[in-house]
Amino acid sequence: MPIDKFVTIESSCVPLPMDNVDTDQIIPARFLKATSREGFGDNLFRDWRYDKNNQPKPDFVLNNSTYSGSVLVAGKNFGSGSSREHAAWAIYDYGFKVVVSSFFADIFKNNALNVGLLPVQVSENFLSKLFKAIDENPSVKVKVDLENQLITLLSTGESEKFEINRYKKTCLINGYDDIDYLLSLRDKIEVFENNRMAF
Amino acid sequence: MAGKTLFDKVWDSHVVEQIENGPSVLYIDRHLVHEVTSPVAFGGLEKRGLKVFRPQNTVATADHNVPTVDQHLPIKDLLSRSQVDKLTQNCNKHGITLYGLNHPYQGIVHVIGPETGLTQPGMTIVCGDSHTATHGAFGSVAFGIGTSEVEMVLATQCIMQPKPKKMRITIDGELKKGVTAKDIILYIISKISASGGTGYFIEYAGSAFRNLTMEGRMTVCNMSIECGSRGGLIAPDEVTFEYLKGKDFAPKGEAWDKAVNYWKTLKTDHDAVFDLELKYDTADIEPMITYGTNPGMGIKITGKVPVGTSLPENEKPSFYKSLSYMGIEEGSAMLGKQVDYVFVGSCTNGRIEDLREFARFIKGKKKADNITAWIVPGSKQVEKQAIEEGIMKVLEDAGFKMRQPGCSACLAMNDDKIPEGKYAVSTTNRNFEGRQGPGARTFLASPITAAAAAITGKITDPRDFL
Repeated sequence: MPIDKFVTIESSCVPLPMDNVDTDQIIPARFLKATSREGFGDNLFRDWRYDKNNQPKPDFVLNNSTYSGSVLVAGKNFGSGSSREHAAWAIYDYGFKVVVSSFFADIFKNNALNVGLLPVQVSENFLSKLFKAIDENPSVKVKVDLENQLITLLSTGESEKFEINRYKKTCLINGYDDIDYLLSLRDKIEVFENNRMAF
Repeated sequence: MAGKTLFDKVWDSHVVEQIENGPSVLYIDRHLVHEVTSPVAFGGLEKRGLKVFRPQNTVATADHNVPTVDQHLPIKDLLSRSQVDKLTQNCNKHGITLYGLNHPYQGIVHVIGPETGLTQPGMTIVCGDSHTATHGAFGSVAFGIGTSEVEMVLATQCIMQPKPKKMRITIDGELKKGVTAKDIILYIISKISASGGTGYFIEYAGSAFRNLTMEGRMTVCNMSIECGSRGGLIAPDEVTFEYLKGKDFAPKGEAWDKAVNYWKTLKTDHDAVFDLELKYDTADIEPMITYGTNPGMGIKITGKVPVGTSLPENEKPSFYKSLSYMGIEEGSAMLGKQVDYVFVGSCTNGRIEDLREFARFIKGKKKADNITAWIVPGSKQVEKQAIEEGIMKVLEDAGFKMRQPGCSACLAMNDDKIPEGKYAVSTTNRNFEGRQGPGARTFLASPITAAAAAITGKITDPRDFL
């Protein structure tokens, strides 16, 4: 599925200062029964967000109107566990364009990139500064500039460079997905198949 | 030039194209498909007007959503039924072999791949499921992928992946009494944490792994993802070849000899270099159990839950949130804690050997009255074998009942949910909040530690009965 082009954003942040946020928390398995990819945002962080009577839990950050924006800032090892791409769909469908953490689980990171959600990996130090700045002023903004691979805390001007491979960067900026590229290689794939050892 | 690791050998021989400063285009030998992570991929393919490129390299089964009782009846949960029906339609339309409900090969995708011989050394194997790591036990490069990647494989039999770094974990020595493959992997994850393997592919080496059966090796590789590693693998050897020989889809006759000759080359060269090497000693490994809400929160069953003051400041909030969810006191002992449920099954410990070990342990004993036990075979073939070997009879005599195959309470997508607040000793792979049902509390352990809890009604050292 083609993805939206990523453009530089300036946004306030939603903080989730927990480590090891796993994909079962992002979207519990019982909400994976759909056969299309729309609407998963409604169940994003379902069991942290709603009680068993489906009432919003006031202490959860998504239910706190003080915090808003298209940047989710979370503790280390974000997206661990299951390979469900539904986790990335849910975050994107809710309205986030960027997730910031000090590191991401591998499968989640690939899934996010494939749906147009940008995972921005920063140092522990920069992450602590972000949490502190958001804690002091919930409307503080960050700028995420993919072209220059820079995330900047606009209140202080402090910035940090983040890594992304050149191929994926090009894909996100132009809204390309991998399948278009792979389809262009089909002849090469057939040659590869013909040259392989068969038992 | 330095030698190659086993991982390099398999990976490099599947690279169709290497993008500079980017991912490898990796050819996939086996694509396993289940009902949950595939419908959107098939939908995407159809939107582009494409057919499945290599349907013969793809095999599907229904496992995540299926009920574990009355499988001959239509699935009651309408959403689950629709997802399973959708899989059938997609497979029919695209000419993909489906081992659906009531097929003699149906079962958990990572149980049926090996037992049918679809999983073989040196292959690249993917599935929209993180426990695809299981198949690494055969010396294949196997890992979980997302739905966009499932679509890529359906469309081109390739995916684009950055090559991971390489780690080797070596454990030598004899395992102590009562220590199983599950304890080894829970021990490793407790040492390197739930994220210590992120960015790496692991090779497990040393006599502790070589001495395991294929089932045990699968248990180890299966949980590689629980330390963050995409996958883990073990060099194939005579144990591997013996397991595969005669399996339905294993090579036959001359092709078998040719295959074995190739498989024997699949090992790490002596001068190969890893990005990280770790070594542990079997003398330090005992039966393990988890107390928290990620698989890295495990201790020796005789040990005590850590205290928060021993942790770095930034780890405290997650630690206390976890203990609060579990209703566990810091510094407390695990032995003797009351248990409500025992679950035996899943792609981690739902194979025939796991049922054998459980049955051997409980034979002649009785299930504790306070325990609800769900024993779920990993596949129809495991179920059949358990009946033929008399395991089902042993279970019934001890007050247990065997259910029908599926993922079941491992992720609680079907009706098998541990109720809120209840404690389960589970042979599965994840103790995340709500994993086994909203509010459910999971202790991960081996099949024999589950058996010990099932007959005493509380967390019990299985060695007390050995």
